[in-house]
Amino acid sequence: MPGSATLVGYDEAVSRYDPLIGLETHVELGTRTKLFCGCPATFGGAPNTHVCPVCLGLPGSLPVPSRAAIEYTIRIGLALNCSIAQWCRFARKNYFYPDMPKNFQISQYDEPLCTDGWLDVTLGDETGPDGNPRRFRVGIERVHLEEDTGKSQHMGGATGRIHGADYSLVDYNRAGIPLVEIVTKPIEGTGPLAPVVAHAYVTELRDLLRSLGVSDVRMEEGSLRCDVNTSLSPRGSGRWGTRTETKNVNSLRSVEQAVHYEIERQAAVLDAGERVIQETRHFHEDSGITTSGRSKEEAQDYRYFPEPDLVPLAPAADWVERIRAALPELPSARRARLQEAWGITAAEMTIINNAGAVDLVEQTIAAGASPADARKWWLNELARRANDTGAELASLPITPADVAAVAALVGSGALNDRLARQVIDGVLAGEGTPDEVVAARGLAVVSDDAALNAAVDEAIAANPDIAGKIRGGKVAAAGALIAAVMKATRGQADASRVRELILARLTDS
Amino acid sequence: MTELFRMTAAQIAEAVRNGEVSAAEVTDAHLARIEQVEPQVRAFLHVAADEAREAAKAVDRHRAAGEELGPLAGVPLALKDVFTTKDMPTTCGSAILDGWLPPYDATITRRLREAGVVILGKTNMDEFAMGSSTENSAFGPSHNPWDLGRVPGGSSGGSSAAVAAFEAPLGIGTDTGGSIRQPGAVCGVVGVKPTYGGNSRYGVVAFASSLDTPGPLARTVLDAALLHEVMSGHDPCDATSIDAPVPPVVAAARQADVSGMIIGVVPELAGEGIQPGVLARFSESVELLESLGAKVTEVSCPHFSYALPAYYLINPSECSSNLARFDAMRYGLRVGDDGTRSAEEVMALTRAQGFGAEVKRRIMLGTYALSSGYYDAYYGKAQQVRTLINRDFEAAFERVDVLVSPTTPTTAFPLGERVDDPMAMYLADLCTIPSDLSGNAALSVPNGLAPEDGLPTGLQIMAPVLADDRMYRVGAAVEAALDARRGYPLLNDAKGLA
Repeated sequence: MPGSATLVGYDEAVSRYDPLIGLETHVELGTRTKLFCGCPATFGGAPNTHVCPVCLGLPGSLPVPSRAAIEYTIRIGLALNCSIAQWCRFARKNYFYPDMPKNFQISQYDEPLCTDGWLDVTLGDETGPDGNPRRFRVGIERVHLEEDTGKSQHMGGATGRIHGADYSLVDYNRAGIPLVEIVTKPIEGTGPLAPVVAHAYVTELRDLLRSLGVSDVRMEEGSLRCDVNTSLSPRGSGRWGTRTETKNVNSLRSVEQAVHYEIERQAAVLDAGERVIQETRHFHEDSGITTSGRSKEEAQDYRYFPEPDLVPLAPAADWVERIRAALPELPSARRARLQEAWGITAAEMTIINNAGAVDLVEQTIAAGASPADARKWWLNELARRANDTGAELASLPITPADVAAVAALVGSGALNDRLARQVIDGVLAGEGTPDEVVAARGLAVVSDDAALNAAVDEAIAANPDIAGKIRGGKVAAAGALIAAVMKATRGQADASRVRELILARLTDS
Repeated sequence: MTELFRMTAAQIAEAVRNGEVSAAEVTDAHLARIEQVEPQVRAFLHVAADEAREAAKAVDRHRAAGEELGPLAGVPLALKDVFTTKDMPTTCGSAILDGWLPPYDATITRRLREAGVVILGKTNMDEFAMGSSTENSAFGPSHNPWDLGRVPGGSSGGSSAAVAAFEAPLGIGTDTGGSIRQPGAVCGVVGVKPTYGGNSRYGVVAFASSLDTPGPLARTVLDAALLHEVMSGHDPCDATSIDAPVPPVVAAARQADVSGMIIGVVPELAGEGIQPGVLARFSESVELLESLGAKVTEVSCPHFSYALPAYYLINPSECSSNLARFDAMRYGLRVGDDGTRSAEEVMALTRAQGFGAEVKRRIMLGTYALSSGYYDAYYGKAQQVRTLINRDFEAAFERVDVLVSPTTPTTAFPLGERVDDPMAMYLADLCTIPSDLSGNAALSVPNGLAPEDGLPTGLQIMAPVLADDRMYRVGAAVEAALDARRGYPLLNDAKGLA
């Protein structure tokens, strides 16, 4: 493993350089079959079981394109506000690699299916001059369709990499799975926000793709993969610097880290009076750094030419319009609708979205909770717990219906917030539904005045100084007595009733 | 009854259908013929005697069970070794695929089996169909039954030689630049390149995808038409396959009548560079067509003179990409895998040893033509020429029903004569290449012997896309008139076989 490069501190780097970023995202489509044959396009499977003469590229075999994959690609293009080509072609990208069955990849070159669109992204933590979250419009250069390659596994040796391996195994199950490549235009003007914009773009794109039903967009399984281009130019120069392309960036956090790191690294290179080398770099999840891959200057000539085994692709205009008409509500429109329905600000909506809680909050409200309660429980209580364990919010073992039930128990006065947190503990620990946890743990607010009065009297007797202050008109001092009563009742007292009882004893009201 | 192996496909099919002979007897007769002449002809790379007998017996069982037999049931056939076959090796004449047994049948292989056609074996060819003589086969050349010292043409020379030597009444080849018509012409048999997309390429090991066209070889025009109808038709496994009815070629072959047709002579294909005897026979046949009631006119196709250079850019470009898959990783030859070498080194060693000189030449030409910075000047320009050739054909077919020319500039040349002269070899396809570039249909019918060497010449008839029936009409008329004038079939004059 190569060591870390010299870095310039981030704030210093962006004070002197303007970053320019661009992203290429590969999405494996969730079609039933592969792009050019009838093999299942499902993830995994025993090695080399989802294969046939076509996706193995056996001599004589021929590709036949999947209509579903083309439809999905058009759906993505339309959702990204792209123009859909009336006529385009597949092209062969020629290079030798053992996991490429034909030693060429059927892709698209100068005639992509979708071109020239955009995607608006919202930054959660950054607000603009109007107090609303900052938005960036990311231009989309192109969206095209291609086939995925197989996967090599290098056996033996110390590193699991091809150099030093004893032998390699190839699994062609993935070969031929439809892959959509989404390429942004260069994203200018982000300044220090470049890493955050990159993160927000991939997040928004992921949500968009999920809403379209075209992919399961699981970065950890590789169904969404990002290459991040980064370059720097002296602040205000208006020129574009030499870019690097960082591959193997396979989580949202890594996207942000990779840009962040490249800005710090390239700033150091430029500060030293050297040139940034145009090259492919590899991102390392463990250390968060990038290292040099092959140089683009010795890059292969892919000898693209139109795929002669396929006829041109000419999607009929009425088909495209039918696909457009059938597009689902897109995430941005849905958030705007929900924001209004819930009566919250754009900033609050962005926080919910960035926490991955839009669906959860919506379902909790549907189960009967108020928007305020639903937000409170998910974003405060549950988000904290998810964060503590490093889990996704949606993967916590508690349902929106459970959260709505907890909120209802609090709303009815049967629980206070402190008890409610204990109920949530119980649900997360697998003890059952909120009602079952309440019953099993014997949790209930004590609001029986007889029982409470005894505790109140005891507290007053034990704290004569405080009682005196309250009698003298310092009502705020009641908190200490309430705390004493709550302690004595092991938290089960109804705090507001306790307050009333204390004040009734000690004041004229 | 004549010797079984001298019967035409139509005669065999009828005799089997009527129970005059069993498919098994027919197959045995051809296997015996193969055994007798194969040491001289060397048409086959693999004879599948057991599989052929089984297929023939199945036809006999179907007949015994009272089932309706197809138009070619029980007829033996010689299949070019470029079609995948589950039960026979498929080598494409290359050492790199020596011994490869495909796990699947080509669509055409499957259609033949379903039709009860008996596949006798796989025939020799120039390596990956690159050549005009079969001399580029890694397994040695085939020999012309007219003169064993001469080539049978190529690349489908194994199939044309087998048909001409009465080893099989039917053969199948593939035509990329003339690889069915040229060997058909120099062996004195009928060779057909159907409309591109009319015959499935699924399971045909690709040479140049936009050009490769499977088609029949036979001793009569009617036999070729019968096979054409059995093998053709839309295939959902081939995206370039045309979804349209097969032209009625059998009816056209039976009609054999040219009266009222307008026939165009292409001067660009019937002048310079053509052997005098070939040209003489061609002119006689043009006159013959006029005497049979056709109207003959001259139609210039000015861009045909650029066809050969354009072809030798497009064809190697596609070839360089199609042949990239032969890398020792999944099937076929593997050289140098001794545990010390990387995958890339094994790929390079395998390709260096497994491919012959002509294949390497085309891969290098194509790699160069597609390279960044050269693409526009070479591949791009060649595609523009291709468009101009298409327009020449379109303009011509507005004026005439079919176009005619000699099939090949010369008769069969001696073995070894052109192996060191690729340009001379490439010129053998001068007249056939234009219709490959355009995708038009074209047929070569035997056109008598050149007086100077007594070897067969061919008449090429070119028809518009999906009008394949027209060339069968003309071809059958010429065949009938020439046979009638001679009094016996041309192949009776083939004296190469003792």
